[in-house]
Amino acid sequence: MYRSNVLVCGGTGCTSSNSLKIVEVLKEELQKKGLENEVNVITTGCFGLCALGPIMVVYPEGSFYSMVKVEDIPEIVEEHLLKGRIVTRLLYQETVEEDTIKSLNKTAFYAKQKRVALRNCGVIDPEKIDDYIAMDGYAALGKVLTEMTPEDVIQTMLDSGLRGRGGAGFPTGLKWKFAAANDADQKYVCCNADEGDPGAFMDRSVLEGDPHAVLEAMSIAGYAIGASKGYIYVRAEYPIAVKRLKIAIDQAHEYGLLGKDIFGTGFDFDIQLRLGAGAFVCGEETALMTSIEGKRGEPRPRPPFPAVKGLYRKPTILNNVETYANIPQIILKGADWFASMGTEKSKGTKVFALGGKIEHTGLVEVPMGTTLREIVEEIGGGIPNGKKFKAAQTGGPSGGCIPAEHLDIPIDYDNLLEIGSMMGSGGLIVMDETTCMVDIAKFFLEFTVDESCGKCTPCRIGTKRLLEMLDKITKGQGTLEMIDEMEELCYFIKANSLCGLGQTAPNPVLSTLRYFRDEYIAHVVDHKCPAGVCKDLLEYTVEKDKCFGCGMCAKKCPVGAITVTDYTAPGKKKPAYEIDHSKCIKCGACIDTCKFGAIYKG
Amino acid sequence: MQKKISSIPFAGTPEQEAALKESIARHIDDPGAVMPVLQEAQDIYGYLPYEVQKMIADGLNVPLEEVYGVSTFYSQFALSPKGKYNISVCLGTACYVKGSGDILNKLSEILGIEAEECTPDGQFSLTACRCIGACGLAPVITVNEDVYGRLTVDDVPGIIEKYKA
Repeated sequence: MYRSNVLVCGGTGCTSSNSLKIVEVLKEELQKKGLENEVNVITTGCFGLCALGPIMVVYPEGSFYSMVKVEDIPEIVEEHLLKGRIVTRLLYQETVEEDTIKSLNKTAFYAKQKRVALRNCGVIDPEKIDDYIAMDGYAALGKVLTEMTPEDVIQTMLDSGLRGRGGAGFPTGLKWKFAAANDADQKYVCCNADEGDPGAFMDRSVLEGDPHAVLEAMSIAGYAIGASKGYIYVRAEYPIAVKRLKIAIDQAHEYGLLGKDIFGTGFDFDIQLRLGAGAFVCGEETALMTSIEGKRGEPRPRPPFPAVKGLYRKPTILNNVETYANIPQIILKGADWFASMGTEKSKGTKVFALGGKIEHTGLVEVPMGTTLREIVEEIGGGIPNGKKFKAAQTGGPSGGCIPAEHLDIPIDYDNLLEIGSMMGSGGLIVMDETTCMVDIAKFFLEFTVDESCGKCTPCRIGTKRLLEMLDKITKGQGTLEMIDEMEELCYFIKANSLCGLGQTAPNPVLSTLRYFRDEYIAHVVDHKCPAGVCKDLLEYTVEKDKCFGCGMCAKKCPVGAITVTDYTAPGKKKPAYEIDHSKCIKCGACIDTCKFGAIYKG
Repeated sequence: MQKKISSIPFAGTPEQEAALKESIARHIDDPGAVMPVLQEAQDIYGYLPYEVQKMIADGLNVPLEEVYGVSTFYSQFALSPKGKYNISVCLGTACYVKGSGDILNKLSEILGIEAEECTPDGQFSLTACRCIGACGLAPVITVNEDVYGRLTVDDVPGIIEKYKA
């Protein structure tokens, strides 16, 4: 027995800011003080509050140390772990109240969250199967194999109302039912861990923090549809997730929870890892299966659907990581428990990766039906630097931008579709007034043009033409007719593309046109970028009444575009400067140099 | 995405060839062996020159066009060698809205190369990469295994200086 447990986050966010070094130093310091048998150090998965990493929590007190530095470790060991005096100075300040320390679950970031898929992330050591088993791990698999028929399992999934967390929201139970109904000598269970949406990292956190939950759920799926083989298709860019999955698979084999005759019931199931190689289209189910087969990851026309002919032309189901992470809980606690959370058509919780212009970047899990305002303002802590909220982007390159007027809509699959965005896998990027919506649409189009596999014409050529038009608009060469043409092309691409990538690629353009059309018009008619982002439309100007005439800007200007005038502002001693717009290359050096804030862009 | 194909002469060692042959032997009975073998080959050689792809095609007994088709399809596979220090700039959405585009421009300006290129002395290469999932640290760049987060354009020269011999 240890008297204290120190949990240090070993997720990608925190290891990127050196948390593994912290673990190392912590262990050394504990040894120096002879505490290694009293204090246990556990490297966990992601806590969610990535903005404050590296994160370290000490139990039983529950003291939450944030942004821990290697230099702080000796003090924490000496004061807190040896003498029992919490180092308040280094705690996450929101947990510090006058005389006491607030529990983490009461802070704004965690209070509104409900953790189902993430329940073990930041709690257990993901590299130890015993930790997972202690949290009821593999109990659901045991229950399924010994007490339930495959039909019972599928019925439970149908009753729970669980819908695919990868984006489109197809009912998971239905998918399983279709695959179970097809007879074949071999069936497959696949896991989509090719999280390609830029700015989304919930699947990575589940794999890093609770890999066994995914293995267990895949085995349950295998039993339900009659498959004996599974593949996890995971991004090679996630080295920590890959490593922990490998460890988890080995441990499950060792314990007889994967492989032949699981729990002595005669059920065989095994899982192989396949590394993706960086192709966004491989998030599409048929493309992913083609890629597992070792080929170019191009999508295939559907039907036949994967439930009929999937991987190696055999009946296959594919679910996303987060979907799987919910399943053992549904089996153990029952379909009714799961269906009691969420909205009428979207049950359970959803994990969002909160990023962009937001105070608390990180991972949050909330019941379906939580409003965007609660997520952004309460959990996310609002926008930094006193800026104004402009839009939230969901669904990555397939989704859209949600403006401030829709902040109070309860988030679920159907509501998001209605307002022109989509759930997607759960990336939620917040944008403030300094983000140009035309530029963002162009950013996403650049992504889809790059990632279009080239198989079908509407997507390959259509997205390219769309990007060309957006590029012209951001350079001030657009026309009002071009905006209309663009809109028409968007609908054409949506209607005619082969797979989900092309069918949703125009969404960022359509949703920004829907809510921020005036910004497009400002670009084409007034040749101005209201957010001050599009370089070609910017003009740098000296506000002469603020100019002290120091001349620093003229010295810094690389092209000699700034010269002195004969105007001296009231109360100033030297004449003001001005910028020759015909010479200016818009590098911004002058604005960075001016100490008096006398130069503005716009 | 158009891939830059290297014109630098191939210089593989017998040890590398042995490692590749071992990898091929391990995967030869595996359906869908092309991708895992290419991934291991890239670990062995650092990139995938024509000669290596030919060895893989011969070894696995698949047409070279199929191997080439796969190696040019996925962004992870490099057909040009990387510099001693490969600088990756994350252009995921979270990093982009926090200004990673400016950071890429600054790196490009200092090193005198565009993204997906390598400096003539072979010291630095520059890559624009997809989201690495460290959105809490946005904007982020990586130099080989080192991660630098919460950057501003002014931090860039100092970081490059650290790696200059």
